Amino acid sequence: MTASLPSSLTSFVHQEPATPIVIVGHVDHGKSTLIGRLLHDTDNLPDGKVAQIIASSKKRGLKTEWSFLLDSLQIERDQGVTVDSTRIPFLLDKREFVIVDAPGHRQFLRNMITGAADAEAAVLVVDAAEGAREQTRRHAMLLHLIGIRHVIVLLNKVDLLAFDQAKIEAAEKSVAELLKKLDLEVALSIPASARDGDNIASRSDQMPWYKGPTLTEALAQVPLPASRADLPLRLPVQDVYRFEDKRYVAGRIERGRLRVGDTVIIGTQKTPAKIASIASWHTAPQVSAAAGQSVAVTLEPDVIPDRGDLLHKQDTPPVAASRIRTRLFWLRQEPLRVGESFHLRLATAEHAVTVAAINSVVNLDDLTEYAGEEVPAEGFAEITLAAAETILFDAFAPGTADGRGVLVDRQQRIVGGAPLLGPAAIAEGDKLIHPTGSTVTEQDRARARGHRGGVFWLTGLSGSGKSTLARTTETALFAEGVDVTVLDGDTLRAGLCKDLGFSEADRTENVRRAAEVARILRDAGQVVLVALISPLQSDRALARQILGEEFAEVFVDADLATCEQRDPKGLYAAARSGKISAFTGIDSPYEAPVRPALHLKTSAGSVESETKTLASFIKETVKLSGALKARS
Amino acid sequence: MDHLDQLEAQSVFILREAYRKLKPLAMLWSLGKDSNVMVWLAKKAFLGRVPFPVMHVDTGKKFPEMYAFRDEYSKKWELDLLLGTCPPVEEMDPSLPPAARSAARKTAGLAAMIETHKLQGVIAGIRRDEQGTRAKERVFSPRGASHKWDIRNQPPEFWDQYATPHEEGMHIRVHPLLSWREIDIWRYIEREGIPLVDLYFAKNGKRYRSLGDQDITSPVESNASTLAEVIAELETTRTSERSGRAMDHESEDAFERLRVAGYL
Repeated sequence: MTASLPSSLTSFVHQEPATPIVIVGHVDHGKSTLIGRLLHDTDNLPDGKVAQIIASSKKRGLKTEWSFLLDSLQIERDQGVTVDSTRIPFLLDKREFVIVDAPGHRQFLRNMITGAADAEAAVLVVDAAEGAREQTRRHAMLLHLIGIRHVIVLLNKVDLLAFDQAKIEAAEKSVAELLKKLDLEVALSIPASARDGDNIASRSDQMPWYKGPTLTEALAQVPLPASRADLPLRLPVQDVYRFEDKRYVAGRIERGRLRVGDTVIIGTQKTPAKIASIASWHTAPQVSAAAGQSVAVTLEPDVIPDRGDLLHKQDTPPVAASRIRTRLFWLRQEPLRVGESFHLRLATAEHAVTVAAINSVVNLDDLTEYAGEEVPAEGFAEITLAAAETILFDAFAPGTADGRGVLVDRQQRIVGGAPLLGPAAIAEGDKLIHPTGSTVTEQDRARARGHRGGVFWLTGLSGSGKSTLARTTETALFAEGVDVTVLDGDTLRAGLCKDLGFSEADRTENVRRAAEVARILRDAGQVVLVALISPLQSDRALARQILGEEFAEVFVDADLATCEQRDPKGLYAAARSGKISAFTGIDSPYEAPVRPALHLKTSAGSVESETKTLASFIKETVKLSGALKARS
Repeated sequence: MDHLDQLEAQSVFILREAYRKLKPLAMLWSLGKDSNVMVWLAKKAFLGRVPFPVMHVDTGKKFPEMYAFRDEYSKKWELDLLLGTCPPVEEMDPSLPPAARSAARKTAGLAAMIETHKLQGVIAGIRRDEQGTRAKERVFSPRGASHKWDIRNQPPEFWDQYATPHEEGMHIRVHPLLSWREIDIWRYIEREGIPLVDLYFAKNGKRYRSLGDQDITSPVESNASTLAEVIAELETTRTSERSGRAMDHESEDAFERLRVAGYL
């Protein structure tokens, strides 16, 4: 049943990487229809698919709806909207493409970003009769921000203009002017009717005046991505492995190339080291590697970089700055203001940053920029980020994959994309938010105290024994020379949190403050015991976000009956008699930890034994590592 | 770098991200061609070893050749193999069509393994070109405590920055083969010499293009009995890869319903 090509021949077919092409445009300007038609006219559909589309269309009382091909999710078909980007491999005369279909609806901007971010070229679909609309401008702005410079404008539905040359050319001109404002060159402008296939894969006989290429001819002309191998070396460390007594530094080369014997500089510590070998498995031995490759190298001397460290050559260092100007596309539904803190993820590095200034905001109605106090929901702006430490980076340039970061919030959600522009000077009038980093290191503090800092978060019902245990453990640890502090719910509420009540929002704020205070104490090297009901998993997750990996959740677990019987503060009685409301366990939920670091069942055990268990758990957690001890 | 080199480098990057960010982590090994490629890529990423367990969620209804393959290669590849079982079909949603209902057993078996081993990351070998709903997937796809796939509320994913778990009880499905196509898999198998169950090669005019449970998978007509012949066949074929998988075709949305509930 098959043509039997010799394998020597097939292995030479399609060797170039596929070219991603994103299709964007205002809702209802015909993107999905265009893709369906394109796949059909170029013979890229499997058997039976066309029949399936015709049947699906008929069932819904429509004439053949090419967009059904992509909108293969039931929910989308029923609503007629594309909810998420789809990637479809597509073959055109031996050249491979990946078509990315991005949704046009505003609220789905993040899906569009997901689809469009790695595209080489874009097809901007514009309804010739309607002209550019709000999403046309928004998408064009995005193409500009993510650095797509090869833009093909497809003026769709020209049948509605009766294929009239003057009208079509007027529409073309107005779109070109709009894109020019964004520094986006239009590579080509093609009048077409996707529904009927005019100028898609075959030349339309309705527009003899049009001499330019069809869409398929235009796609064939999209340039191949430029090689990043000739740029200066950038290898962000992804991870460090130790396998069988050998240490490997793993990462993907973002720019340039490296060879065995090269001397590289490691990150901000500026330690030099030599590439001793490039390790691999089931691959011919390598003495060099270039941009795009995922490698594992051994270093001489055997220094240990951290994830996020940037390896580069001595004479071609990246930019080093702690205040960075960046473009921003903002994905959150609420506005962004100066002073908000995030993590900037840049390749494999993660830096704590604060928005120090909003330099300008883009007005999406006319693409002009204005000085704004905030970046609106799903808006575009230029901002300045300030970090506590020096960040090594390269400004983003189209055709490179690094030099652009994402902002993540405390819940680890990606809330923005940030192509970096360059270092920022401190201008007069900027709100001077610039977190300072301490020169006393965590190791220094740990060595001086004989133990590391840590936070132990005791959660449980009122009366389960959190405060009692926290205090007895504090005493026991202090007697052994541990620098220990207790943050107790009632103590906090008497002072720092006395403005807060017991609504869910106030309880969350209470948890946030406790976690922030615990963080400061922990960073100063102390062992912190937090005794807080903290009934909601989401609140404890927030605490974990603030405190990071050094957060140990301790579940102080006593059943409700026991707690109610103990009732040391008379609160259960008050809740039962209706004197107080929203009391955890009575008329407000307690969500038990799923995977606590330590689970203490206090209904049965004695305070002495629980104290012992908790104290030894804490000592084990904060004890110095062998290396630190040896050096102290 | 050619196309396969690029795909390999990207998959290695993804596997290393998963290993760094998600603990505990495990890889699903269905014994099929894609998951063998995935094990191979893990060995590339971690210099000859797979530093996390490999799980086979066993429906008990696979082909005997597949079990023989599992026993042979779990040893040869030095895999830390975890076996899971699936509940009987009677316990599955009776409103699903018969084959989808049978396939749902695997979802339940997988959910139990994720629970038992408290997994934060599960690496699975799905590809975008297999099926419309899989084309919508993320490389790192977060699942809530109920393991449901919230297709309407997927996180943004771009510039190789992936979602991380931020709530207790949630896990991430990691898809290192998402950008691979069927023919890439075969060309890579040929290039690397990756072993396969021989059910993929034609005998008596039939071969399996995709392997699942014995009772809901059917072979396709083919005379392709070598790797080169399979590749040549795929370059000209016009039928879809999963045409032999019964649960994909029972009703328009049967497969989507399976996936939303946590199927791969």
